[in-house]
Amino acid sequence: MNLFDRLKNIDRRTIFVLIALSVLIPLFVPIKLRIHVSPPAQGLYDAIDRLPPGSNVLMAFDYGPSTMPEVYPMTLAILRHVFSKDLKVIAMALWPEGASIAQDAFKTVAEDEFHKLYGVDYINLGFKAGGLVVIQAMGTSIPAIFPTDQAGRPVEEFPIMKKVKNFDEIEMIVDLSAGDPGIRHWVMIAQARYQKKVGGGCTAVSAPAFYPYLQTGQLVGLLGGLMGAAEYEALVKHPGSAIKAMPSQALSHAVIIILILIGNITFFVERRRSRKQG
Amino acid sequence: MRRQVPLVITFVAGMLMIISYFIPRQPFGGLQNLFNQWFIVIVAFALILGALNLIKVNAEKIRRKRPGWGYSAVLLITFTVTVISGLFWGMEQETVFGFIFRNMFVPLGATMFSLLAFFIASASYRAFRARTIEAALLLIAAILVMLGRVPLGSYIWRQFPMLANWIMAFPNMAGQRAIMIGIALGTVSISLRIILGIERSYLGGGE
Amino acid sequence: MNQRRAVFLLFLSIVFFFGVSTAAQQNAPPAPPTEVKAFDNPNDAGGTITITWKKSADDGAGENDVLGYEILRSMAQETGYGPIGTASLGATNYVDTSAVDRVTYYYRVAARDRESSTLSEETIPAVASPQWFNRRRTNMLISVVLFSFLILWFIERAKRGEKLFIRPLAGLEAIEEGIGRATEMGKPVLYIPGILDMDDIQTIASMAILSRVAKMVAQYDIPLLVPSKMPIAFTMAQEVVKQAYIEAGRPDAYNSDNIPFITMAQFGYAAAVNGIMLRQRPGTILYLGAFYAESLILAETGSSIGAIQIAGTAMPAQLPFFVVACDYTLIGEELFAASAYLSGEPRLLGSLKGQDWGKAVFMAFIALGAILETLGLHFLTGWLVTW
Repeated sequence: MNLFDRLKNIDRRTIFVLIALSVLIPLFVPIKLRIHVSPPAQGLYDAIDRLPPGSNVLMAFDYGPSTMPEVYPMTLAILRHVFSKDLKVIAMALWPEGASIAQDAFKTVAEDEFHKLYGVDYINLGFKAGGLVVIQAMGTSIPAIFPTDQAGRPVEEFPIMKKVKNFDEIEMIVDLSAGDPGIRHWVMIAQARYQKKVGGGCTAVSAPAFYPYLQTGQLVGLLGGLMGAAEYEALVKHPGSAIKAMPSQALSHAVIIILILIGNITFFVERRRSRKQG
Repeated sequence: MRRQVPLVITFVAGMLMIISYFIPRQPFGGLQNLFNQWFIVIVAFALILGALNLIKVNAEKIRRKRPGWGYSAVLLITFTVTVISGLFWGMEQETVFGFIFRNMFVPLGATMFSLLAFFIASASYRAFRARTIEAALLLIAAILVMLGRVPLGSYIWRQFPMLANWIMAFPNMAGQRAIMIGIALGTVSISLRIILGIERSYLGGGE
Repeated sequence: MNQRRAVFLLFLSIVFFFGVSTAAQQNAPPAPPTEVKAFDNPNDAGGTITITWKKSADDGAGENDVLGYEILRSMAQETGYGPIGTASLGATNYVDTSAVDRVTYYYRVAARDRESSTLSEETIPAVASPQWFNRRRTNMLISVVLFSFLILWFIERAKRGEKLFIRPLAGLEAIEEGIGRATEMGKPVLYIPGILDMDDIQTIASMAILSRVAKMVAQYDIPLLVPSKMPIAFTMAQEVVKQAYIEAGRPDAYNSDNIPFITMAQFGYAAAVNGIMLRQRPGTILYLGAFYAESLILAETGSSIGAIQIAGTAMPAQLPFFVVACDYTLIGEELFAASAYLSGEPRLLGSLKGQDWGKAVFMAFIALGAILETLGLHFLTGWLVTW
């Protein structure tokens, strides 16, 4: 088999090894890359930045462990921004695993970095099944659908929840989502019906589907995948795992592009050959 | 009879849902929530059926020593261990169930998900060929977006991120919208066929 | 340099002047909110009254020291007022969700600063009541009626035996071909009904297609494998396939073990299906229903074993993955049309024709709306959005 034939039919396993190396090597060889902030990421940053101190931000943790590598870094970056602006965070989850992810995120950012007080500056209301139905019910009464926090303590015990009745007391909603229920449902109910500001972050795969909402202004901003997380880390000037992973992402993209180019070059060469023969 | 009863239920439930969308007054307004709750209850029962089926199929496989019966044994053992640990010691973070969830279920899920990175590479190598003009356009757009979405792109040409964003915000969005509108109309049409009982093959069998 | 010093001095004197003047002033009570109105909240199930007002003159202007508003309610005129809620600074409305239907209420709104609050005039009496029709959904009602009419009309025409042309879909013709190929090779057909349950219309559409596919497969002696992720979809799949085999006259060929429930965990399901592909080597794989991130994990494994793959989903984000990894992909609405196509039944085909005409009407509206908006005429958009 000559070189041309080999390039024409690269074995899947070879491709897999190339991808693995392109992800792994940059993790061990630190490279600094410039991060360009896209308008949707800037939009989310500006919307949060403009909220007056003390406003309530509802953060929905609608993702699970499998998408944590993409969505968790943006969660941390957004929390850092929110707490640095002295905003209050009410966390909840429409995905069962989301509640404990929120707990971990608060431990890292709220407790260890900003020394915020639970129940005063932030609260974790935990998971509630029902997706869309939960959002609808929250429009009428948040304490009715979340009578207790994640640990089972009544919400009225906490100062942060004293005045929160429904969406009226929420200045903005940030949904971190990896599918359904997720951003689509928050836009459908909280934005369309209650005119709330909704922004969010999601996996890179699902981001293109939300661009129509960005254009209509139903989403104030959007972070898409690891790149979106890196953009936000750059905006809050706190580089984290997303910025660290950017070289890996860049190199693996480059490998894929090169593979596509090889595939096309061999395709065209072969087509010309067969035409000549024909 | 066997065919008529489900059709009548479908018709009545479907009509009530449509009516409740337009009439806020009780009892119509709250119907959607009520039906959703019923559905959740039915799912819970069906889940028991599902679990029983899972046990039956795999036990059968072990009993007949069909090829790959060892996997079925692994499945039944882990199933039993997980169920027992959850039932007797609770499902909080610090329990055996929590341990299994965090240290087995989560990493296994993440492993499956991360296969995507490899599969995207092999699929795009194989399929992204400029066979036609349309395919070539798709290919060029894909490469531009890929370059624009990583820092590498802005090193090659500063405007790459802007270009990628333009592709996402306009051609991509227009396509997404068209597909979404088509899906919405398709949904109305099939819903109507189902509510009116014209399409009934989902109930098993044909006409 | 001198100029700068002059600016600085001017600044100092302004600060001094204002410092003195505010210190000398007493904190006056805030101006009351004006034009307070209370009315039954429209388009709802009752139990709510909306209160609107004009901001206090000291909210964002004047003394600019208003902290917020307090809403007070009474069941009698001029007496018995009690607080029912608060609204934030700058707010001009409040929805009282604790009202009882057919009870008369009076409202006052108080503007509050640090020290005191000033009450507004009393509103005229308001009564909450449930409505029979949500007027904001008039546009929806009109489009539903119009669209349904088109579909029903074409169904009627089809019933009368009229020949209706419907554009062929390559993906659907491929289903039959795929089953044929699997039979030639003596390999099973694998059918994945998506990963959502029967409350998703895509799964229902998928079950309708499964019924047609099962009937075709039942003719040949090859297994039809249908692993399910969702419990209700699972029982449904068993029932659908069984019925189809009976109707095809092959009840003996039905094997419920081929239609197992797997797990509700997304990637656990993906792993199990990949395992089925690698062990049982199906000749044809059909992915029809709702899919998420597992789409490519499944389709790429299927492609590696050389199966003919046909996909169909209404999940826009997953379409690209299926398009690159499968031989044919039904895009969005084509999934919903598939069962009707495969049946060849006139009434079902008629509904597709109606759907196409509905689409034409929507396209006309979109074009008209775009033209009007470009010309700066907003009445159509305004009407569609508010009604």
